[in-house]
Amino acid sequence: MDFIVAGIVKAFQLLLQGDRETYSAVLATVQVSSLSMSVSLLIGIPLGYCLGYADFPGRRSIRTVVDTMLSLPTVFIGLLVYAFISNRGPLGEYGLLFTLSGIAVGQAILALPIVIALTATAVESLDRPLRLTLLSLGASGRQVFLTSIWEARLGLLVAAVTATGRVLTEVGISMMVGGNIKWHTRTITTAIALETNKGQFATGIALGLVLLAIAFAVNLSLSFLRRRA
Amino acid sequence: MQNFVSGLIRKITGVLFFLTFVSQPGYGADQQLLLATTTSTDNTGLLDYLVPQFTEKTGIQVKWVATGTGKALKLGENCDADVLMVHAPEAEKTYVEAGFGVNRRQIMYNDFVFIGPESDPAKIKGRDVCASLKAIMEKKAVFASRGDNSGTNKKEISLWTTCTETVPEKQPWYLQTGQGMLATINMAAERGGYTMTDRGTFIKYEANHNGSPPLRIVVEGDDSLMNQYSVIEVNPARCPKVQNESARSFGDWLVSAEGQKAIGSFRLLDKQLFTPNAGN
Repeated sequence: MDFIVAGIVKAFQLLLQGDRETYSAVLATVQVSSLSMSVSLLIGIPLGYCLGYADFPGRRSIRTVVDTMLSLPTVFIGLLVYAFISNRGPLGEYGLLFTLSGIAVGQAILALPIVIALTATAVESLDRPLRLTLLSLGASGRQVFLTSIWEARLGLLVAAVTATGRVLTEVGISMMVGGNIKWHTRTITTAIALETNKGQFATGIALGLVLLAIAFAVNLSLSFLRRRA
Repeated sequence: MQNFVSGLIRKITGVLFFLTFVSQPGYGADQQLLLATTTSTDNTGLLDYLVPQFTEKTGIQVKWVATGTGKALKLGENCDADVLMVHAPEAEKTYVEAGFGVNRRQIMYNDFVFIGPESDPAKIKGRDVCASLKAIMEKKAVFASRGDNSGTNKKEISLWTTCTETVPEKQPWYLQTGQGMLATINMAAERGGYTMTDRGTFIKYEANHNGSPPLRIVVEGDDSLMNQYSVIEVNPARCPKVQNESARSFGDWLVSAEGQKAIGSFRLLDKQLFTPNAGN
């Protein structure tokens, strides 16, 4: 039990004394999750909008597929991405294996279904008359899109928060695609797995607390956005 | 509002480009030598000790992925590493014969030990390897196995095969952890059982517990417990993109007088962890 208290003490030591290994892992985590979240939001929001707004044949089936993808296990994504970007895989020439960009690819795949599904739900739950009003006021397709997205902004915020939480905390993709390389691709979660393997429970707990602090900071800034909205 | 959204999109795109940019330099797979190695060389801190000396000498940056020998060999086979540092001589020979690796050189050894709780439920302290394994099997004493196809795991399986002609698989006392060496030792300790580990990792474990660990060495010194480490270059003829020149320098340095001396001088708790034996 000692190691729980020791872990809390150590968390403060690591952060306050500017431990280089810890900050390297923090930086890697922040970089890689920002990259993957930007990509998945940029691609996911328009796709989710189409899925929630437009009526086209096969929409229900696509929705089911997206919902199923919500349960994609991270180790499975990790394995697939590894297979593709391995030097013997079809995308080997880009040299993505054991890089942060490679991890970001996997995390974007993890986050995309969440962003798409929650955006679609948010857009679906908008007032139906909104679209008619906009169209009757002579809005172009682009204006309808932007206004609907704006009206659904709280739902989008939920989508972003949920996806960020999943991306920040996953360990399977980072471990398999990133390789947990010290100073390079070691993220907070893979560092925790390693420290636990090494029997250094206190350091592991300390890193877990650091990750929670980052999640808290992200949510704090997003809830600030929500109040502004 | 439209301005807000397009501004936001511009900002996100900006951030995206920035991140792609900052996350790339120095991280590219073609920048540094990639070493695939076993958990024992990393967990003990040996690489943290050796690699800076090598980099200072040659200017070659090294980053390493620490997994079991099985996966390290697989990474080389997939051309995803430049050089391997592993310890499963039989598997290594097959590997080189299959054309996946070249220029296998022995660099150092340590030995395996059996560790167990002070109470020693199977009464194997001081006995030889085969007698111990038979006693563990008979008494159904808890035994934690790596179960991950690592060098240590391969060694353990070969000992079971030699001594008892069977390898335990589903027996409730035989735990296949599927994890690294230190994690496996910890699981054995939690269950009050035995396990087999390389001496280097055990010394690290002792150091973690300030010299008085819950598990102690019960069997050691048997000839069959020798643990040989080698360095293998990934075959450049098969994998044109590997950095064979740097990989060769790394191997050359490890077997050089300087590298050998560095290996021999790595100590933990004032104990030598690895014995250099290049050229033997």
